[in-house]
Amino acid sequence: MKHTISVLVENRFGAFNRVATMFSGRGFNVHSISIGETEDPEISRMTLVTSGDDQIIEQVVKQLNRLIDTIKVVDLTGQPRIERELALITVFYQKGTRPELTNICDIFRGNIVDINNKTLTLEITGPPDKIDAALNVLAQYGIKEIARSGTVALKRGEQAKIQPKISTTKEKEKV
Amino acid sequence: MKENKQKMSGADIFFECLRKEKVEYIFGYPGGAVLKLYEKLYDVDFLEHILTRHEQGATHAAEGYAKATGKVGVVLVTSGPGATNTVTGIADAYMDSIPIIVFTGQVPTKLIGNDAFQEADIMGITRPITKHNFLVRDVKELAETIRKAFFIASTGRPGPVLVDLPKDVINSVCEFEYPEKVEIRGYKPTFLGHQNQIKKAAEMLKKAKRPLLYVGGGVIMSGGTRELYLLAKENNLPVTMTLQGLGAFPGTDDLSLGMLGMHGTYWANQAVNSCDLLIALGARFDDRVTGKVETFSLKSYKIHVDVDPTAIDKNILVDLPIVGDVKHVLAELASEMDEHPDISDWWKQIEKWKKECPFELDANDGKLRTQFVIEKISEKTKGEAVIVSDVGQHQMWIAQHYKFVHPRSHLTSGGLGTMGFSVPASIGAAFGVKDRPIISISGDGGFQMNIQELITAVAHKLPIKFMVINNSFLGMVRQWQELFHAEKYSFTDLSKSNPDFRKVAEAFGLAAFSTDNPKEVESLLDEAFAINDRPVFIEFKVVKEDMVFPMVPAGASIGEMMTKRLNPKTMV
Ligand SMILES: Cc1ncc(C[n+]2csc(CCOP(=O)(O)OP(=O)(O)O)c2C)c(N)n1
Ligand SMILES: [Mg+2]
Repeated sequence: MKHTISVLVENRFGAFNRVATMFSGRGFNVHSISIGETEDPEISRMTLVTSGDDQIIEQVVKQLNRLIDTIKVVDLTGQPRIERELALITVFYQKGTRPELTNICDIFRGNIVDINNKTLTLEITGPPDKIDAALNVLAQYGIKEIARSGTVALKRGEQAKIQPKISTTKEKEKV
Repeated sequence: MKENKQKMSGADIFFECLRKEKVEYIFGYPGGAVLKLYEKLYDVDFLEHILTRHEQGATHAAEGYAKATGKVGVVLVTSGPGATNTVTGIADAYMDSIPIIVFTGQVPTKLIGNDAFQEADIMGITRPITKHNFLVRDVKELAETIRKAFFIASTGRPGPVLVDLPKDVINSVCEFEYPEKVEIRGYKPTFLGHQNQIKKAAEMLKKAKRPLLYVGGGVIMSGGTRELYLLAKENNLPVTMTLQGLGAFPGTDDLSLGMLGMHGTYWANQAVNSCDLLIALGARFDDRVTGKVETFSLKSYKIHVDVDPTAIDKNILVDLPIVGDVKHVLAELASEMDEHPDISDWWKQIEKWKKECPFELDANDGKLRTQFVIEKISEKTKGEAVIVSDVGQHQMWIAQHYKFVHPRSHLTSGGLGTMGFSVPASIGAAFGVKDRPIISISGDGGFQMNIQELITAVAHKLPIKFMVINNSFLGMVRQWQELFHAEKYSFTDLSKSNPDFRKVAEAFGLAAFSTDNPKEVESLLDEAFAINDRPVFIEFKVVKEDMVFPMVPAGASIGEMMTKRLNPKTMV
């Protein structure tokens, strides 16, 4: 099963690499990783989408916690959360298909952000399955290139808490 | 205030930090990127620098020192090849949770990434094999980084930390201030086991019929051997130890079942599979211990005490996890035990297993065997020596036959299984421990992997007893070839290509002996132990094709041990 894990890490040389190295070294799956600064410039937030059975996910969370540069690890799966991904999709068009593509873009609440005589580029934002759905529809027109940002996610409402089972190591930090 | 603070160079700050951390020894090797540090070292008098003859030797020496003393081992090497030569030792320390700090020189910050002369991305290389690593980009961060390095290496589950020091950082100056305390927001290593969980463990133990303590190296690292002893003694509990756990509980005590796992005792493994309560203490259910996980100790309720949450539920799912300092948990658990379990039937069963399949010691055929040599060393030293083994058959025979009575006495590369560990690690141990004999025991293969360090021992007149168990084979590999690889002894026979070890040792300046006669062993040991102003070498020429039993074949259940050689063709 897919899990979305939010990790606060020190915004510092090598911190991202440490997480990536740990994932490859331990053979954990990664479907997407995204990283960016937070409200605190010393802290970055990574959003990881991974998969595995319960025992593996428990190990993923624990191993993330074990890294010195990680401040807080939250498995958002099963919790009320907002998940978004951004995709830039360049598709081929012909005279006749351009209105159709504009229409599809509207249905997915996207924007057309670039156009030339052969292709146009759509920007679509949403939960990952919405992006998948858009890509499915667009496939028939011929997709030239795709860039996906990977998922970013936040827990809804109140302050996110880390899972009790691994809380022993790093429960101190509030962000 | 600020104006009063002294400006110091990075190199001076470096040594001031080591002074504050009370470092006694640095194991190292100089080179271009660390010349400034060696310039200062020339006049430093509060610590001793030990020049090894290879950077791998320096890391193993630091491991030996750390493991024998519980202090942090310190290594200093140059950039590029100096740094890459430390990799095996760092990986070894990572697998066996040994606190060492490796300081590596680095090319100047401006040149990093340019393929400069003697540049290696040692940060990238060691990221997966260090507990943490640091690149110091500014001399202002140097003191705090060193403080953090010591803190991280020595707390929680210990491990190696690497600190990369660019040349310009060492040369620049700033005000020196050593932080009193370190705060790392993502690292809170000390915590105590949950009280309710400990109470629950005590309840389980009180009503257990067939309890077993499964003790790993974590008990020694936490300093909890006394607490373990009291818990076991007061409740009459059988104790089995992992390779790294040996010494946590006296091997001479009736409650000790010896080692468990692949080459563990028959009775320990039977006990693991028949117990109704298994209490794992600072151990990690390594595959060499569990054998086939699907059949591992199926009848037991499992309690796992470990300071590292990742160790729990990694290989074996347990019923009651207790994350915390093992020493503390042991003490609490013992104090909760207001009644003791009644386990006399369980002990009868264990005694029965002991008789069923004892170790076969000596064939009485006049040939010299490793088991016999180890027994004699154990008797001679009363189990009180620091034994530094290498990797292979001799290592397993030591684990089986040396009766360790003290913690921090069995130094061996368990997790990584690094041949070449023993010689340099024993040197580190000899600097840390002066009141007990230090014995390095290697195979004829592994001895040649860091043989250059003999001169380091000679140079410092260390009274180490270097022993080689010469079976003219890469014995452990040969054993697997015989058992599982169609008797194809591919590249494991060294009988025509070993050097004359005694002469080699003599050339290095050791007092050197060699024997193949069991009758000579005791007198040779006496002679060797009488020499204490320099290192001594003894070669034991043992039978060639002996095998370590009992054995759980890789991937088999620990209940199914091979107890003796079945192939009559290869009987020796
Ligand atoms: C650095 C390294 N290379 C290879 C191995 C694989 N290996 C494990 S045991 C062994 C044989 C060791 O032979 P020897 O040192 O003579 O000891 P013996 O088994 O004969 O006692 C080998 C090659 C290893 N553990 N470490
Ligand atoms: Mg050998």
